[in-house]
Amino acid sequence: MRIYVCVKHVPDTAAKITIIGHNRIDEKVTFIINPYDENAIEAAAGLKKQVGDAEIIAVTLGKEAAESTLRSALAMGADRGILIHSDYSPDSMVTARALKAAIEQDGDADIIFSGMESIDSEGFQTMFRLGAALKVPVANNVVAFKLADRLVTVECKMDAGNIEVIRMPLPCIVGAGKALNQPRYPTLPDIMKARKKPIRTIALDSLDLDSPAGSMEVVELRPAVEKRRSKIIAGSAEEAVRELIRLLKEEARVI
Amino acid sequence: MQKIGIFIETRAQGLKPATYGVITAARGAAHELYGLVFDGKGAEYKEELQDYGIHKIVDVQSVEGLLGWNPDSWARAIIQVMDHFGIHILLGLTTYRSKDVFPRIAAILDAPLLLDCISVDLKTLTAGKSQFSGKTIATFKVRGNHTLFGIRPNVIEARPAPVTAEVLSLQTQIGDESLMVEAVKKDPAGTMDLSEAQIIIAGGRAMKNSENYRILYECADVLGAAVGASRVAVDAGWVPHSMQVGQTGTTVSPNLYIACGISGSVQHFAGMKTAQVVVALNTDPQAAMMQRCDYGIVGDLFEVVPLLTRQLKTTLNRE
Repeated sequence: MRIYVCVKHVPDTAAKITIIGHNRIDEKVTFIINPYDENAIEAAAGLKKQVGDAEIIAVTLGKEAAESTLRSALAMGADRGILIHSDYSPDSMVTARALKAAIEQDGDADIIFSGMESIDSEGFQTMFRLGAALKVPVANNVVAFKLADRLVTVECKMDAGNIEVIRMPLPCIVGAGKALNQPRYPTLPDIMKARKKPIRTIALDSLDLDSPAGSMEVVELRPAVEKRRSKIIAGSAEEAVRELIRLLKEEARVI
Repeated sequence: MQKIGIFIETRAQGLKPATYGVITAARGAAHELYGLVFDGKGAEYKEELQDYGIHKIVDVQSVEGLLGWNPDSWARAIIQVMDHFGIHILLGLTTYRSKDVFPRIAAILDAPLLLDCISVDLKTLTAGKSQFSGKTIATFKVRGNHTLFGIRPNVIEARPAPVTAEVLSLQTQIGDESLMVEAVKKDPAGTMDLSEAQIIIAGGRAMKNSENYRILYECADVLGAAVGASRVAVDAGWVPHSMQVGQTGTTVSPNLYIACGISGSVQHFAGMKTAQVVVALNTDPQAAMMQRCDYGIVGDLFEVVPLLTRQLKTTLNRE
């Protein structure tokens, strides 16, 4: 069985984001593997354990530095990696085309895992575009996964705490949610072994992609400013609460 | 005349009120607004929808009647509606459901899609959305034959602009999907949908256990609020994940967010920073949430929250 896992190299959530020019960020911050993609790799590793004869291939699109994210994936259980090298960050329409081309060039996918979203661009769509391009079904925000007789059964998180049970045949795409599993911490030997696992680099340009029918372009990036009053209400608890209610009614007018 | 489709989300109690903000955002002098309804109750929603400017209400159906929930079928049905009426722009809320349907439509149409928008301008096809855990706001410009936008609930204030709506129905042709929805398991707790709540009272580490959430529920009852939690409380098993506000939980944008004993991590702020008013209750005046709130009270939540409940009861009942 051939299991692909699409991963993304993203700035650490704790990183301070500095904007350069009008629409880029300073990339001299700590980058990590997108946290949900760790759940995707864990699910892939679990599936490999279940079926026995399987190979896990981690795929990413990014700059050279994205290799470290592939190494993280390799340390967590992927067997080899593919880096689609690009000096710019394309939108999800192009990214999905690139992932499709790279996967097809590599082999026939039985299943593709990824995180339910990326924490940097928060676009919520690349895996769906990949699914449409490969003409395979997609389930996202998956919190439980089962494979039996080439039929996948997943549970997806919906609103108000509801859970949806979805069934789809292989090949398919599964977007991992946080509650799907507990990603492992790679051991030192895992990390050492990962250094020796092969990574193949493909230039994005060499994939000869067709042009999407549209585009999404960031024309401006600015820091999110919060204009909060930070008014600390003094007095005894009783007095403070009374004043708070007055402020919420008369000043903020929200109750 | 620019035709704009709006995916109208409904639930057992009727329309999701946050939809009115989406309709408000879609209006324009030369816009004709189509509201796409899936529960067959288009005629029932006529007055509410036309009050906010919907011109055509389309009951989207299959040959057999209502379209059962399946994200792939719904996506195909919406595309057929768009084709039939010549709709090139589609708007909706950003919810679990639209996050499951809109990307499928965008993928099939090879069209740009922006979800979780906090502003949208249909004249220039630009929209603002948060990125990097809410640390930046990106303005996107989209190009394409079709464009799709999902708006974060409650960020656009709904303003009525009455017109007279016509109710239509369209039978879509939906074949078998390889993806099948076998069942929907209802949450036994029947949690109120956080993303749409106008008021949220949330508890964090200082709640100490599951039972203590009772005091938040009592306060929420008086305010008509939903109860949320920080990741710490969810990870500790005090409350279910459906109550988690933050990057790995639900993104909310209520009018009022009351954070009780929540210190305020980057990830938590990412999920609630577009709230209109933030109140922080914390014993630690240095907590990030206290520094970045509108109103803060330094104190023990087990003293302050019951007082708040009691005084709110008196104040709100008097009116």
